[in-house]
Amino acid sequence: MKEVKDDVALVLCGEAGQGIQTVEALLIRAFSATGYHIFSSKEYMSRVRGGENSTLIRVSSGPVRAFVDRIDVLFALSPGAVDHLRERINGTLIIADESFGEEDAVGLPILEEAEKLGGRIFANVVAAGAAARLFRVEESVFDDAVRALFERKGPEILDADLRAGRKGYELGEELKEHLKVSVEPDPSVRKHVILNGTEAVGLGCIAGGCRFMSSYPMTPSSPLQIFIAENADEFDMVFEQAEDEIAAINMCLGASYAGARSLVATSGSGFALMEEAVGLAGMIETPVVIYIGQRPGPAVGLPTRTAQEDLNLALYSGPGEFARAIFAPGKLEDAPEIAAHAFNLADRYQIPVFILSDQYLADLYYNLPEPEISVEPEYHIIETDASYRRFRFTEDGISPRGIPGYGSGLVRVDSDEHDEDGFITEDLDVRRRMVEKRNLRLQMLRDDALPPEVWGDDSSAVICWGSTYWPVREAIESSDAEVTMVHFSQVYPLAPDTRELLESFDVTAVVENNYRGQFADLLKLEAGFEVDHRLNRYNGMPFSVEEIRKFIGEVFA
Amino acid sequence: MKPEDYDLDVDVAWCPGCGNFSILRALKMALAELDIPPERLVLVSGIGQAGKLPQYLKCNYFNGLHGRSLPAAVAIKAVNPELTVIDVSGDGCMYGEGGNHFIHNIRRNPDITNIVHNNMVYGLTKGQASPTSQPGFRTPVQVHGVFEEPFNPLAVAISLGATFVARAFAGDIERTRDILVEAIRHHGYALVDIFQPCVTFNRVNTFQWFRENTYYTDHDTSDRTLAFEKSLEGYGSGKFPLGVIYRADGGATFEENLSIYSDDKTPLWKRRHDPGKLKTLLESKMML
Repeated sequence: MKEVKDDVALVLCGEAGQGIQTVEALLIRAFSATGYHIFSSKEYMSRVRGGENSTLIRVSSGPVRAFVDRIDVLFALSPGAVDHLRERINGTLIIADESFGEEDAVGLPILEEAEKLGGRIFANVVAAGAAARLFRVEESVFDDAVRALFERKGPEILDADLRAGRKGYELGEELKEHLKVSVEPDPSVRKHVILNGTEAVGLGCIAGGCRFMSSYPMTPSSPLQIFIAENADEFDMVFEQAEDEIAAINMCLGASYAGARSLVATSGSGFALMEEAVGLAGMIETPVVIYIGQRPGPAVGLPTRTAQEDLNLALYSGPGEFARAIFAPGKLEDAPEIAAHAFNLADRYQIPVFILSDQYLADLYYNLPEPEISVEPEYHIIETDASYRRFRFTEDGISPRGIPGYGSGLVRVDSDEHDEDGFITEDLDVRRRMVEKRNLRLQMLRDDALPPEVWGDDSSAVICWGSTYWPVREAIESSDAEVTMVHFSQVYPLAPDTRELLESFDVTAVVENNYRGQFADLLKLEAGFEVDHRLNRYNGMPFSVEEIRKFIGEVFA
Repeated sequence: MKPEDYDLDVDVAWCPGCGNFSILRALKMALAELDIPPERLVLVSGIGQAGKLPQYLKCNYFNGLHGRSLPAAVAIKAVNPELTVIDVSGDGCMYGEGGNHFIHNIRRNPDITNIVHNNMVYGLTKGQASPTSQPGFRTPVQVHGVFEEPFNPLAVAISLGATFVARAFAGDIERTRDILVEAIRHHGYALVDIFQPCVTFNRVNTFQWFRENTYYTDHDTSDRTLAFEKSLEGYGSGKFPLGVIYRADGGATFEENLSIYSDDKTPLWKRRHDPGKLKTLLESKMML
């Protein structure tokens, strides 16, 4: 009999098309409703059917927020599942379908029972039921989760899935002799919300006054497109699926010119197509928020995997020189506020603003107290008069922004170099002043930059950005080393005292999900600070707590 | 309004004798006839000599990227349907670089007018073939002459369901004005392809050539099959028809299909966010 306590890593693995995501959705609802702290993260192959996909669900007595390699309990729903996860199996209780003949596994007739219920399609709910039983989820709580997920599919499908869940519970009874799970419920969890990284950013976009989104589907940015589209009616937004990425961002710029806060979402190679229009945003000083769900490149790369490889792409995109800001939220707690802030900043400075996410952050879920979104949309559009000049030179480089049809002025914007009225010019002195105007606001952006979050007060630091926040923090918390975490959720421009802060540490290391160490390089370029160590991962998987803990042990012990 | 109300005192960068001058004149006449005040008018353009037209007319304008004017135009109209939005581009910009957007914006059917200056050559980059260049047309890069089939914008537009498709000739300002008036009035997407001689880089398709190779058609413009047949004339044999080629009820436009305007016509940019609704959405993510 295996015994697991407090923080259990449960993994369910099956083929695409078997409904692993349904299992994940069912179980995180059921576990949360029981009062468990949960975290889930999925990894999947780029195919509609077949392959091996898995979801990790951490079920815990206390907050859990990060990916771990460890697997305490594995439900194998496809013959290849155990092989797929071989490297992570160590002392794992494997529960597999009987028909696979898996030697070291506890066999359950999941597929056979599913067939009896009407088809293999029910295997996912049978397995979820068995897992729920194993974690002592009350049957009524599990049924509620099934209802929440399947009610809209009609009474027949709902009934069949409820029966599948019950069958799972029966099978789960047999598992009791192999495993003892003890996780203590925490009553406060029932007041928590369950969010994924996509929703956290999406809520912030709505809070930031987003009115218009056009995008072209691309993993892992598609979930944000879906989130905005499904909330568009309620929140007075337009979502349009563009014919390509180039159209998507040009639509956003048109919409923004006409006065609507706009958002475009894409991933690396989709964003590569948008670069010219980033330059247009810079030239016509028109706000736009660009969400990049990073995945491994170059070109199509690994479509469904994770990476932090597009920082340089965002940083250097677009011809010429102009100001921009880049955010990389690391946790669901503050992602909504950061996204809302991104919209305000884009408007205030009339610039493109980036939000860098990645597959890992976009797809992970955890329960957390309802996040505060205290950022209010600030509106900067003015009513124009007949003397209005769109690109009027001002002391701070920011011209009051008019839009067509509001006031008696005319709003002229041009992708060519232009004068204060927006007319094409080849006057080299005007050109020089316009370049200065477009770059002047960079200093203000720097002064406005979100400072990094410093967690701990030790003499050494692990530096990270974006989605590595919780893996780094949990690695530090669970290691013996005395080390502080410095996390950047604004990666460009950097807060003015970044160098001073980083120089206060004896030893530093940067952890990031790329080969080059793009952020470590940026620290050198922007803050004049050279880190001592770098930990880079670039195989498409997120960092695990264990891997970072091992690194910390080697560098800081 | 008078055509002069749209005049600006600016330096015009077109070659003397360019067909664009006539199009600019005809457009001002059409706008005056329709009484569209400059502050309610947005001209959207891409890159090329045609793309400069908005600079020479008193209006709001968005002069964006090569080939990318239509996405911006459709969004401007969607955010503020109270504006008159006219896209002005050249044959390279619209049919070459912007071909994908040309196709898909016809499908969207925004209530905008799409004017394309078609001179069958790339002027601004000094004389290369365009998608509408005629077979045999020799240029410094098409050294053996163009052998590709020319792009047929009218046939493409009709086949995709455009409900106003016309062709004008810059050598005839009065008729061009009339066509533009009808196009701007049309409810839905309207394409006006305008033959416009490039006096510097196209020595074949001159004013004289267009006069000899075009004629005004007076067919039943509501007959889509007939209109499609008309749109094929001039390619290979016969003369190019001028005038309205196809016209039908515009149907529901892109903006009208957006659910935000189904009960409330307030332009999108004027709408403000309701924090209460956001709270409700957040609470829907709670486990109760």
